[in-house]
Amino acid sequence: MRITQGTFSYLPDFTDEQIKAEVQYCLDNGWAIAVEHTDDPHPRNVYWDMYGLPMFDLKDPAAIMLEINGCRKTFPRRYIKVSGYDSRYGRQTTALSFIVNRPPEEPGFRLDRQEFNDRSIKYTLHPYATEKPVGQRYE
Amino acid sequence: MPVSGNNKSKGKSRWAAGVTPYKEMGYYRPDYEPKDSDILCAFRLVPQEGVEADEASAAVAGESSTATWTVVWTDRLTAYENYQGKCYRVDPVPGTDQHIAYVAYNIDLFEEGSIANLTSSIIGNVFGFKALKSLRLEDMRIPPHYVKTFQGPAHGVVMEREYLNKYGRPLLGATVKPKLGLSARNYGRVVFEALRGGLDFTKDDENINSQPFMRWRDRFLFSMEGVSRAMGETGEIKGHYMNVTAATMEDMYERAEFAKEIGSVIIMIDLTIGYTAIQSMSKWARRNGLILHLHRAGHGTYTRQKTHGVNFRVIAKWMRLAGVDHIHAGTVVGKLEGDPHAIRGYYQTLLADKLKPDPQLGLYFEQDWASMPGTMPVASGGIHAGQMHQLLHYLGEDVVLQFGGGTIGHPDGIAEGATANRVAVEAMIQARNEGRDYLQEGPEILARAARWSPSLYKALEVWKDITFNFESTDVPDAVATLTV
Repeated sequence: MRITQGTFSYLPDFTDEQIKAEVQYCLDNGWAIAVEHTDDPHPRNVYWDMYGLPMFDLKDPAAIMLEINGCRKTFPRRYIKVSGYDSRYGRQTTALSFIVNRPPEEPGFRLDRQEFNDRSIKYTLHPYATEKPVGQRYE
Repeated sequence: MPVSGNNKSKGKSRWAAGVTPYKEMGYYRPDYEPKDSDILCAFRLVPQEGVEADEASAAVAGESSTATWTVVWTDRLTAYENYQGKCYRVDPVPGTDQHIAYVAYNIDLFEEGSIANLTSSIIGNVFGFKALKSLRLEDMRIPPHYVKTFQGPAHGVVMEREYLNKYGRPLLGATVKPKLGLSARNYGRVVFEALRGGLDFTKDDENINSQPFMRWRDRFLFSMEGVSRAMGETGEIKGHYMNVTAATMEDMYERAEFAKEIGSVIIMIDLTIGYTAIQSMSKWARRNGLILHLHRAGHGTYTRQKTHGVNFRVIAKWMRLAGVDHIHAGTVVGKLEGDPHAIRGYYQTLLADKLKPDPQLGLYFEQDWASMPGTMPVASGGIHAGQMHQLLHYLGEDVVLQFGGGTIGHPDGIAEGATANRVAVEAMIQARNEGRDYLQEGPEILARAARWSPSLYKALEVWKDITFNFESTDVPDAVATLTV
C-alpha cells in the first residue's frame, strides 16, 4: 500500500526539480525547511527523526537539495519528508509537508479490533514495519 | 414619530411625561466619538414613510439599549448616558431608500462571554419595531476587551492541522448522500469508501440526527468502522463529523461522549440548537479534545435578503466567539447563495487576527481578534473537482472543501470520486506553488493530471459543464455600485 500522508501523496513521486520548486516556494514565503525521516509510519507518530535542525538561515534551494539528498543517501529505505515551517505570529506551525522518499516496500497497517460491551469496538492501527526493532525495519 | 396622540414634544423638557423623539432623548449623537471598548454596530434600515432617517436610527439605538416608547422617570436613577446606545453616524445608501446607521454601545451593556446576552441586546427587540420598514444588522466591531471574555474555537485552525497532521492544502470532505433513508450499515459504507479514496472527512448532514431508519448510536458505530478501516488503508488520520444535534443538552452530551469513547476526532452540531447550546458544546469539545463542526442550518432565513435580518458576517463573528472549529461559509461557485466579495469577507472574518474596514468585502469596521484562534471555513454545496482552480483562488488553503455529490456521484464509485478530488487539489496546489497562473490555466492543469488519473478523467467528463450562475441577492454596496 502507499501511505498518503503529506501534501502531495496522490501525485506521482516528485522529481528533484519538482522538489526544488516547492523548496523555492517555501523560501519565497520565508518558511524554514526541515528534513525528517522515520521507519514508523503510524499517522500519529508526530516526531520523526530530524535530519539536522530546521534550516532557518539557508536560503539557497540548491544547498537545501544537497541536505535532502544527503538524507536520502543515508536512509534510502526510510520515509523522508520535507516541510516548510511558518514562524509568523498567529501561525507558528508547519505550512507545507510532503514525502520525498519511501521504503521500496510499504507493508502498511493491520487494523486491530478490540471488542467490548454493547457492540463497541476500540480500533488500533498497527504498522507491520514496527514488528521489528528500530534499525531493522524495511531492510 | 408615528405614535398617534396629541402629545407634542416640541419644546418639552427631556423628562416631561409622554412621548419624546428618540433623537432628543440622547440616542442620536453625531458628535460622539466611539471608545475603543465600545461595541459598534452597522444597521441597514428603511424607515417608514414620514419617519426621518436620523430619528429611525436613533430609535434603533434606543430600542436596542435602554429606551422604551415613552419617557420614564426611573432613567434618572441611573447614569443613563452610559447605558444608552448612541447612533453616531447615518449614511444614505445611494440609489435606494436604505440608510446605514452606526451605533455604539458601552461594553457594560453586555454580560461577559455570552452570545445569548449580546444578541438579546442587539437584535432582541428592535427588529419588530413598527417605525421601520426593514432592518438588517450588517456588521459588528467586537472590541478586544469583549473578545477576551469568550473561550473561542475549541481548537482553531492551527491546532486542527497539527492534530490531523495535514498541511499545505485545503482539507477535503463529503456529506453522505442520500441524506435521508440509508441504514446505518449502508451509511458506514459510504464513509469508508469516501475516506479510503482520499478524503479527510465525511459528514452527517444537518438533518441526520436519530430517526426511525437510522438511530444515532448505530450510525456512530458503523461510521467509526469505516473511518478506522480507511485509516488503515491510507495511513492518514480521518474523521467523520458525527452530528450530535438533539432535542436536549443531555441528549447531545450523551451522543458526544459516545463519539469520544469510540475514538472519533470530530463531532458536529447544527446552528438550530441555539447560541447557548453551541457555547456549551464548544466547552465540551475543548475539554474532551474533539474538533467541533458547525452546520449553519437555518441561517438563510435571516441572512440572505439584503434588507432584512442579520448578515452572515455577523453570524460568523458570533460563532468564532462562541467557539466552533468549523463553520460553513459559502463556496462562491457552488449551488448556494454567495457573492465572491462578501464570501471573502466572511472567510477573513473567520481566519484573520486583525481586519481593516473594507467596503468591497462588506467589512464596515476594523476587527481585532486579540490572538483568538481562527475558525476553519467550510465550502459545501454543488462543487466538484473541475472547479478546483476557482475554489483555490476564491477560498484559499485554509478551508474544508466538501464534495458530496461530487464524490458519491462519480460513475466509477465513491472511492474513485474521492481520489479525483484529492488528485485535483494536490495538482492545483503544486501548480500554484510552482508559480503558475493556476486560475487561468486551471482546466489545463486538471486535464494534464487526468492523463494519468483515470478517476479525475471521469470526474471531469461527467461534471465539466456544471455551473450555478445565478445573481446573488446579497452583495456589498461598494461592489453593487461598481458593477451596476
